[in-house]
Amino acid sequence: MKLGIVVNEGPYTHEASDTAYNFAVAALEKGHEIYRIFFYHDGVNNATRLTVPPQDDRNIQQKWTELQEKHDLDLVVCIAAAQRRGILDENEMKRQGKDAYNIAPGFRISGLGQLIEAGIQCDRLVTFGD
Amino acid sequence: MSEGVKKFLYVNRKAPHGTIYALEALEVVLIGAAFEQDVELAFLDDGVFQLVKGWDTKDLGSKNFAPTYMALGDFEVTKVFVEKESLDERGLTADDLMELMYEDEDDDWAEKPSIRIVSREEMARIMAANDVILSF
Repeated sequence: MKLGIVVNEGPYTHEASDTAYNFAVAALEKGHEIYRIFFYHDGVNNATRLTVPPQDDRNIQQKWTELQEKHDLDLVVCIAAAQRRGILDENEMKRQGKDAYNIAPGFRISGLGQLIEAGIQCDRLVTFGD
Repeated sequence: MSEGVKKFLYVNRKAPHGTIYALEALEVVLIGAAFEQDVELAFLDDGVFQLVKGWDTKDLGSKNFAPTYMALGDFEVTKVFVEKESLDERGLTADDLMELMYEDEDDDWAEKPSIRIVSREEMARIMAANDVILSF
């Protein structure tokens, strides 16, 4: 089955991102295709590479980055939601005249059209977080 | 289902203020309108407060997006379902809601109301009939 995943909550406060990650791993193990993972609302905060969780806890951003690398996943962060919350890539940093960017490896910033397109292309669109 | 066209249902369950979900849901609806899919909106639970007429955000200091609902018809978003039980539970009636209208191109562009009040049971059927449900 071709799956799309939507992550609507940031890391740590809610378990949604962990659950989405576990779902993605399980789906890939079962041989399903993950067409895209779309990060919206506070979900965009999963994409900052500047999180420093305690050493005895998981690093959620890093887990996403590693999963992306392993399976060549398409991790898309909504640009409108990201800009509100200070998630920038190098290009957006320059365009907005900011002095830093923080997007983690493996994530890309794009528009909401990517979410709609995932809905059109996928057999199922599965949402995590309210 | 014709090829490439799916039935999208946007489910709005939260009050317009207090969280950003209502505003960011509208942003998805407006972008989604450009994809020429079959679009329906549902308002239930506290989401029905989004359509109550007369609200603004002046005293909150946040963006006032109330007028955007009135513009949905221009984006060819013409099917807006509001759950009757959710209205009843909150002491609201159809008269409390904004008058969302659209121009029906199949009926000489006659102005028609977009909002349809449906029962919880009908809402369940509407959800079951859609291909893609985005819940906010």
